Amino acid sequence: MSVKKAIFSPLFENNPIALQILGICSALAVTTKLESVFVMCLAVTVVTALSNFFVSIIRNHVPSAIRIIVMMTVIASLVIVTDQILKAFVYDVAKSMSVYIGLIITNCIVMGRAEAYAMKNGPVMALLDGIGNGLGYSIVLVFVGFFRELLGSGKLFGITIFQTINEGGWYMPNGMALLSPSAFFLIGIFIWGLRTWKKDQVEESN
Amino acid sequence: MSNDSTAKTLIVATLLCVVCSVIVSWSAVSLKPQQVKNKKLDVKKNLLLTAGLVSGNVNEEEINKAFKSIETKVVDLATGEYADINPESYDARKAAKTPGKNHIIPAKDDVGKIKRRAKLEKVYFVKENGETKMLVLPVVGKGLWSTMYGFLVLEPNTVDVKGLGFYEHGETPGLGGEVDNPNWKKLWEGKKAFDANWNPALKVIKGQAPAGSEHEIDGLSGATLTANGVTGMVQYWLGQDGFGPFLAKWRAGGSN
Repeated sequence: MSVKKAIFSPLFENNPIALQILGICSALAVTTKLESVFVMCLAVTVVTALSNFFVSIIRNHVPSAIRIIVMMTVIASLVIVTDQILKAFVYDVAKSMSVYIGLIITNCIVMGRAEAYAMKNGPVMALLDGIGNGLGYSIVLVFVGFFRELLGSGKLFGITIFQTINEGGWYMPNGMALLSPSAFFLIGIFIWGLRTWKKDQVEESN
Repeated sequence: MSNDSTAKTLIVATLLCVVCSVIVSWSAVSLKPQQVKNKKLDVKKNLLLTAGLVSGNVNEEEINKAFKSIETKVVDLATGEYADINPESYDARKAAKTPGKNHIIPAKDDVGKIKRRAKLEKVYFVKENGETKMLVLPVVGKGLWSTMYGFLVLEPNTVDVKGLGFYEHGETPGLGGEVDNPNWKKLWEGKKAFDANWNPALKVIKGQAPAGSEHEIDGLSGATLTANGVTGMVQYWLGQDGFGPFLAKWRAGGSN
């Protein structure tokens, strides 16, 4: 697999959320504001890339009986370190994300890539694959976050785009955009658009 | 050695655990000072936000500047007298856990469900030209999952509420976590903290408070237990086992 393919194929051709349907829960939880979306995307990308890298380095020495626990330990350590760094340098954002940074441990993308790719490939390619999948995850999150923040509070990155009625403007915010179900609709629309564009992703009906 | 032998399994597991724990502890220890600083700043920021002295995104410098107008004193809650202790170095949350420095709350008074509190608590006075404009009381109470820490801001007459805000809690985001919602916090302003007989009267009720209600605050949908916790918390800290004696002295003496 080429470098280019490792990074770019998870964006649209093999998107972890849209095609593999992994990592949905954090796509619902942290996408009400673009600011937290970006922190979350960065954190997941870094964790996926580094966990792939380290798992790949030790892949030839991991006994298969405990491989899942080994991966989990690596991932958990990386997530804790990430959480500590966020708390030290961007406290406000880390506070608003509360438990969700810690919950990256349970994000299926991280574990899925470690098991499916890093255990079988070299460290450099594993690192790139991690970055690629992190970016694939980010694309969907930014898409969802963009519409949720804009429709739900009339803002982008906390800057007012549509003046809401409460603040004396004209825009009646869509309260549902702030609730989790709206992320399901948006992810659905994303998948629909993607599969209209790339027809080979459409599953055959029975 | 085969990868699947017992010896190799043990070696790999042990080595991995040691390496990971070293990395995790190193990051936790080395970043601690920065985190503690952030936390302190965040408490100050929330105090200022609750008192309405700053708004929006403020940086460290602005917080410290705004905080200069605030005088902090340590109060002995049992007597309501000031204690001669440097407020800068006094940590009430630590004292609440230290035997001898804490007060076990009698079960019948423990409406905030916190079991113990420090004997001495800080009170913040927002000053303007030497005159006290607001009293800021630190409040602690048990929500649904977590202990909630916040501030209750009162006018100098101790009756009119200026605001309530939390700087730390672990309630469910979107449900109990809505205690941080600015629109809900706004409802507290202008409520009356005490009834005619000086009993704490603030109450978060289910549904919408009737228009013009003096003591009742709209409930949060999906967060009845958190809201009950907030009610208990406010009732406790304004009551006789909380800041009651201090507030009575303050009212009697002006500056006591």
